[in-house]
Amino acid sequence: MSKQAEGANAILRAGTMAPDFTLATTSGELISLQSLRGHPVILAFYPADWSPVCGDQMALYNEVLPEFQRFDAQLIGVSVDGMWCHRAFAENRHLRFPLLADFEPKGAVARMFGAYRANDGTSERALFVIDAKGMIRWSYCSPIEVNPGADGILEALEALAG
Amino acid sequence: MATLKTPVGAGDHILGSENAKITLVEYGDFECPFCGRAYPIVKQVQEHFGDRLRFVFRNFPLRELHPHATEAAETAEFAGANGKFWPMHDLLFENQKRFSTKTFLALAGELGLAPEALEKALRDRTFEERVRQDFRSGVRSGVNGTPTFYINGARHDDAYDFEVLVAALEKAAGA
Repeated sequence: MSKQAEGANAILRAGTMAPDFTLATTSGELISLQSLRGHPVILAFYPADWSPVCGDQMALYNEVLPEFQRFDAQLIGVSVDGMWCHRAFAENRHLRFPLLADFEPKGAVARMFGAYRANDGTSERALFVIDAKGMIRWSYCSPIEVNPGADGILEALEALAG
Repeated sequence: MATLKTPVGAGDHILGSENAKITLVEYGDFECPFCGRAYPIVKQVQEHFGDRLRFVFRNFPLRELHPHATEAAETAEFAGANGKFWPMHDLLFENQKRFSTKTFLALAGELGLAPEALEKALRDRTFEERVRQDFRSGVRSGVNGTPTFYINGARHDDAYDFEVLVAALEKAAGA
């Protein structure tokens, strides 16, 4: 399950400090990774809003939020979609966690995490579990067409909680 | 490769022979249109394999997306507690477009179950924990949308039209 992406896109791995960034939420408010220190953070990069299936990756995580919250973890979704697109998507899917717009310069944050697909102009389906001190403790890059589910995230959070 | 973390057991709704070589598990949501589309396909697949296949349904209601999904799942479990899980499973999918508490009560009546008893079970959330257990086992097993299928314990990361499912199941049977 935890096969890392190889080749062109090598995403940042466990044991690396997560690079700090600041991006806008759907309300235009800015969130920095640094400001989330003190709790585990789940950073979920995904290619685009509006995948045409029920229970797409973000909708699924929305349903699983109570399980993440048992570990006091903050979930953040990131794609290159703009703030207005994120807002419509979040409203439509009733998302109860922030979506950040990695919109300008496009994909800059995805690039910092090694999770940008230059040919497609989107991010990978890349997951990072970051501990309370900002260290990446688990990462996983899923084949772009496969929604990775939430099992790997929960196992990583469990390992963090010891 | 994601795998089923909670093995099929006595607490499951199982259709088919215990000795079947192939086990197909579906995590589904009665209000999900994709599950609704998969429903007749799974029936065809069951007919195709006969005794060689057993089918298991587990609840994975996406309650933020589907306002009646949880109540539908609890209705199915209520029917299950009264020995009517599969007839209710079928009725729910066949009436997916007209979900409401009233519909659920009427479907219970159709199966000879007391609508008042279902009403009370829904109000008391009698089957909430049973449904959540299914949901949690699904999350742990890497369910990534509805429906998600597992064939002999391995997640089926492919389409679920008849031909594709049959081919994948045949392969598992031969393995």
